[in-house]
Amino acid sequence: MPYGTNVIYRYDGTFDGLMCCVFESFEKREIPEEITASPEQMSFYEIKDILTDYEKAARVSKGIREKISKSAYETVCKAFLTCHEQKELLILKFLHLGFKYGKSVMNMLADDTVNELFKAVRHLERELHLFLGFVRFSSYDGVLVSVIEPKNIILPLMKNHFCNRLPQETFMIFDKTNRMALVYRPYEAQIIPVEELSLPCANEEELHYRRLWKKFYDTIGIKERYNPKCRMTMMPKRYWKHMTEFAELFPQNWEECKKLGSAPDLKLIE
Amino acid sequence: MEALEKLQILAGSAQFDAACTSSGIDRSSSPGGIGNAVACGICHSFASDGRCISLLKVLLTNYCMYDCKYCVNRRSNDVPRARFAPRELADITINFYKRNYIEGLFLSSGIIQSPDYTCEQIIETLSLLRNEYKFNGYIHAKVIPGADYELIKQIGALADRVSVNIELPSQQSLQKLAPDKSKHSILLPMKQISTKIEQNSTEIVRYRGAKPFAPAGQSTQMIIGATPDTDYQILRLTEGLYREYKLKRVFFSAYVPVGDQKLLPVEKPPLLREHRLYQADWLLRFYGFEAKEILDEKNQNFNPFLDPKCNWAIHHMELFPVEVNTAPYEMLLRVPGIGVTSARRILTARKVRSLDFDALKKIGVVLKRAQYFIVCGGKKAQGLKITESAILRELMSESAVKNFDVDGNFIQTKQLSFFDPEPSKEDYLKCLTGQM
Repeated sequence: MPYGTNVIYRYDGTFDGLMCCVFESFEKREIPEEITASPEQMSFYEIKDILTDYEKAARVSKGIREKISKSAYETVCKAFLTCHEQKELLILKFLHLGFKYGKSVMNMLADDTVNELFKAVRHLERELHLFLGFVRFSSYDGVLVSVIEPKNIILPLMKNHFCNRLPQETFMIFDKTNRMALVYRPYEAQIIPVEELSLPCANEEELHYRRLWKKFYDTIGIKERYNPKCRMTMMPKRYWKHMTEFAELFPQNWEECKKLGSAPDLKLIE
Repeated sequence: MEALEKLQILAGSAQFDAACTSSGIDRSSSPGGIGNAVACGICHSFASDGRCISLLKVLLTNYCMYDCKYCVNRRSNDVPRARFAPRELADITINFYKRNYIEGLFLSSGIIQSPDYTCEQIIETLSLLRNEYKFNGYIHAKVIPGADYELIKQIGALADRVSVNIELPSQQSLQKLAPDKSKHSILLPMKQISTKIEQNSTEIVRYRGAKPFAPAGQSTQMIIGATPDTDYQILRLTEGLYREYKLKRVFFSAYVPVGDQKLLPVEKPPLLREHRLYQADWLLRFYGFEAKEILDEKNQNFNPFLDPKCNWAIHHMELFPVEVNTAPYEMLLRVPGIGVTSARRILTARKVRSLDFDALKKIGVVLKRAQYFIVCGGKKAQGLKITESAILRELMSESAVKNFDVDGNFIQTKQLSFFDPEPSKEDYLKCLTGQM
């Protein structure tokens, strides 16, 4: 398969769109220099716009599951959610190997492409696992709201966990990095684009539990064993930002909130 | 008393319970309820001492009728006392859980009135959570030695994991430091629980509707460094507990001096020793080692310079080097520097091609220590000189060396870091899986 065919694929940023890029690549027997979703790409290479055709996409997806393996398909789906800068091209190269070698591509850990793809997926999975614990909700009149700033797109993979855990609650997890939110009310869940989220003030009950939790957190560490380095390894500082135990008890707009007299509604600006 | 103050006292009294794991069971939430459980466990935060916070770890009360010398809650110790009402604690648990602060509750208690009464109070709290709030999250409950078997059964039916603290590694040590507890009073409930868990596992297969009993198993904890017991004794005991009572975990807790107890001459918590014990515990549980391979009658204590696996390896050089491309999984696991993850990746990767040192590096095997014990396709790592001193230099952790003077005496004055020199893969994994 010729590399560097001096062409760039431009697609709509969806998974189906990427599958159509894969289709194109196999049909034209070429591997593009780059696959991009950004509309204003400047380049010396020829830009080919790949139109999303759901039929083609479905054929490719089916092909991956049947000719390579189901776990390869799952890996590709996850890889698409990673923050790897060239995830599209990486997935394409992985699939070229996959269609050549079949299911054993999943064992080719020492291959550069496979290795890089798996590494990106592991990074995503680790981040996902950490966030299952590090998400912190605040209750605003019974609605639970959390803000996270992950590197990868993890909301789709968190969905089942939290919906199963809190089936009777109404909650929202806002991913500030990727500008999207998981919104749940009994018993339906949705992931929607959300540009910005302004939070209302916490009421006295919410403050009470924040206080309790901070107290618990400060009490449970054994001071004779103080080990900030270990803590930092286990829970790097970038996660602290939205965690109740490290947050100011009173948010910045507290005074303003009090003046207004009532907690403002959640403002979703889509 | 305010809830805040109570929580401070009762969480403070529980901080020396090492276990904070939420692992061992997968379960969905029930209709109309709240909470589920994830088998791998989830850490929700890490405390300032680097330990995972997974559960709301509190005592129901720190009033206690016993006077165990090592314990901060002993009757004769002059500390502020508090007590949660069952509903008060259940409310806090649910509200913490909703906000995703915690994975569940770890409930222990000082002993008030009698072991039976104390158990009844614990049962009342757990019943509120399970039956009224329909809470399906994780619960770890302590069983009080000396309580009636019927009460123990009730706790096991409500909790995911139950534990009886073995407290100290030998009967003599118990007599000296915990005169109100005996080996028998501790081992009896452990035995009852392990028997019941085993019965239950067959019942669940046989009868539909059989209720699970402590589905995440039983664990225990002992205090290290308060008594003269050797590492070998402790490790043998640990192995026995895994084999005889089928425990899921044995936790070690480096003794932190509390108050001015003349019986206990310790100045600093023996963290390195605790760390070595956990490393050895790991070898027992996941690496197919036996206690007698790790330590023996002649060498009763761990080598402070070398981790137990390295120590074993350099005494068994006749078994090395191992051919990475053909060695069985069990043997790969015995190579210093190769853990469960690396060994599995080697097995996977060598299915499709033979592996050289570059390939090993690529799949994430750390060669720093492993290179002395392996060959790839019959070849050693390039430019590697295998002499005993070179190996030892590589294997020894620098920070451990710093803590010894030229004669090999341990320098007590210096605070050891818990992980030396860097957290190993295993430490990571332990914490990641919520087992630490």
